Amino acid sequence: MSDQILWYATRGAGAVSLVLLTGVVVLGIAGALRWQTAGWPRFLTTSFHRNLSLLSLVFLSIHIVTAVVDPFTALGWTAAVIPFLSPYRRVWLGLGVVATDLLLAIAVTSLLRRVIGRKVWRLIHWLAYACWPIAVVHGIGTGSDTTFLWMLAIDAASVLSVLAAVAWRLSVRPAAGPAIRPAPEPTW
Amino acid sequence: MAVSLQIDRITCDGHGMCAELLPELIKLDDWGYPIVKSAAVPPALMDHARRAVDACPVLAIKLRSLVRQP
Amino acid sequence: MVKLATDTRLLAGPEIAAGAESYTAHLARLGPLPGSRYRGDLIQQLEDAGILGRGGAGFPVGHKWRAVAERSGGHAALVVNGAEGEPASLKDRSLMSARPHLVIDGALLAADAVGADAIVFYVGTRHHRAAAALRRAMAERKPEFRRRVDLVEAPAGYISGEETAAIHFLEEGIAKPTSTPPRPFERGLWGRPTLVQNVESLAAAALLARGAQGRGTTLLTVSGAVHRPGVQEIKLGTRVADVIHEAGGLRAPAQAILLGGYFGSWVAFHEASNLYLDPGLLRGAGLGLGCGVVSFLPADTCGVEATAQVMSYLASQSAGQCGPCIFGLNAIAEAVARLARRAPRGDDLERVTRWGGQLAGRGACKHPDGAVGLLRSALRVFGDEFASHQRYGVCSRTAALRGAA
Repeated sequence: MSDQILWYATRGAGAVSLVLLTGVVVLGIAGALRWQTAGWPRFLTTSFHRNLSLLSLVFLSIHIVTAVVDPFTALGWTAAVIPFLSPYRRVWLGLGVVATDLLLAIAVTSLLRRVIGRKVWRLIHWLAYACWPIAVVHGIGTGSDTTFLWMLAIDAASVLSVLAAVAWRLSVRPAAGPAIRPAPEPTW
Repeated sequence: MAVSLQIDRITCDGHGMCAELLPELIKLDDWGYPIVKSAAVPPALMDHARRAVDACPVLAIKLRSLVRQP
Repeated sequence: MVKLATDTRLLAGPEIAAGAESYTAHLARLGPLPGSRYRGDLIQQLEDAGILGRGGAGFPVGHKWRAVAERSGGHAALVVNGAEGEPASLKDRSLMSARPHLVIDGALLAADAVGADAIVFYVGTRHHRAAAALRRAMAERKPEFRRRVDLVEAPAGYISGEETAAIHFLEEGIAKPTSTPPRPFERGLWGRPTLVQNVESLAAAALLARGAQGRGTTLLTVSGAVHRPGVQEIKLGTRVADVIHEAGGLRAPAQAILLGGYFGSWVAFHEASNLYLDPGLLRGAGLGLGCGVVSFLPADTCGVEATAQVMSYLASQSAGQCGPCIFGLNAIAEAVARLARRAPRGDDLERVTRWGGQLAGRGACKHPDGAVGLLRSALRVFGDEFASHQRYGVCSRTAALRGAA
């Protein structure tokens, strides 16, 4: 009975993490594009981006811990941080571990960005574009609920949101500043 | 402790969140870049100032202590 | 021009046109540099004499040297600033080409006083004669240097002579200012306390070390509506009227002078002709000698047009690193150009006035400050002309000419 609880907790927390991370990615893109409306100032985008990412780490932890302590999966703690270690659904689970490692790198560098400086922070932050799709594939590949309608709907909505956001990002050329035009030396 | 706002003008990219979060001390010019109305941060606004500093996506704004360490 | 009792002018000796003064002639005229035992505390002397920097900012030279000396530990760096990026200024290149040994004297004295073990002569790439004269002179003085010495060509451009831009160029090849703090005297070239000093300031120090009294002379570049434009050396406190006389008189009636270069100020001619060119007196009137440019604007030239040329030039010379400078100067330049063409938008003058009050202090360097300083003096001196262009699309200069025709 308690095994069932752990099993449901893992799947539930996993789904919630995915939804939250989707929100984080979309908000990150909206922030980079400096999107705002009269009722939504830009600091809200940044704040939600950060808060949701921290919240997703909480649900991700629940997802991982419940999976590891679940006797059915026979996962050890090391398999939770080193990808492709465990034979249990080796590839799909391994991808989940990869996504987790990337997310941890992004989160830690963000918390320490004052110390490490902008260039390094930015480089690592770009890994988000790898982390999110890997997490989605992990969910679809290893998820026991994939074929259920509600899970399909969540997956579809998440993928469409991020695709739309990325398309938006690519379509907007950054506003170029005024060209610094050469001018002759004054004479009179 | 006297604290003042300091903006690195080269790093600043005109995101404008500092002005959103600390409008009492910072406003934006016609192109979205910050004009510091008053650099000295009164104690009542310290929390808001810290939030403004934290929100800057490029870390261009800092709080500087005006009292030199002995 | 009033001659000094002892001829300790910077340009004493042969004419500038005669080319670089040889080391032999330099020694014959001025004697050798005092040995370190006989120099006394040169930094104190500079402070007591109140010698101000000649690069444009006018910062007290002694204070600058002291700030570096206090931190150097024998490993400071000296940048001899001969970039002279100001197009209207000729004095630094003239001084370097005609009196390279005096400049080198100043460099040696400064390096010893602040404890610098490296000297870089930073000479504008267009100033060929100056660079050639310095190179030859440096070769002659090689045994005296006893430290690392280089001559590097500064890229052409208005800001390449800015302190942090010079250091940035010497370190990374990019002549753009960097954010401060730290200032160069704290941490500059290669991380060391660095003295960046204008060549004329160093030459003045070299004369002071030889016993020149008081604040001595300074170099001007006179241009515009005079018969004999060019470099002039004046005793501090000389009247503008005497400068005009020394330049062969006006070749046309003048309406204003540009004092101090493009980061200086316009002054109405009727106010200027009785001005005494002394930094203290000028400061009281909100003016300064800047880099020594004194340019006479003829009465038949529109002041708005002249200002438009300067603003466009300064906007074009922005390093392009700070939003207020890029966008603000660009907008100001475009608006003043429209005003000059007498085709302004309805709110151009109002916006230019507003922007002029907004840009100072909002860049990494003083480029926007200098530009709006010039702009504000233009709005003051040519206020009626600006108003006429904005409201009626009429230029009183050209209208007067048409009327006279």
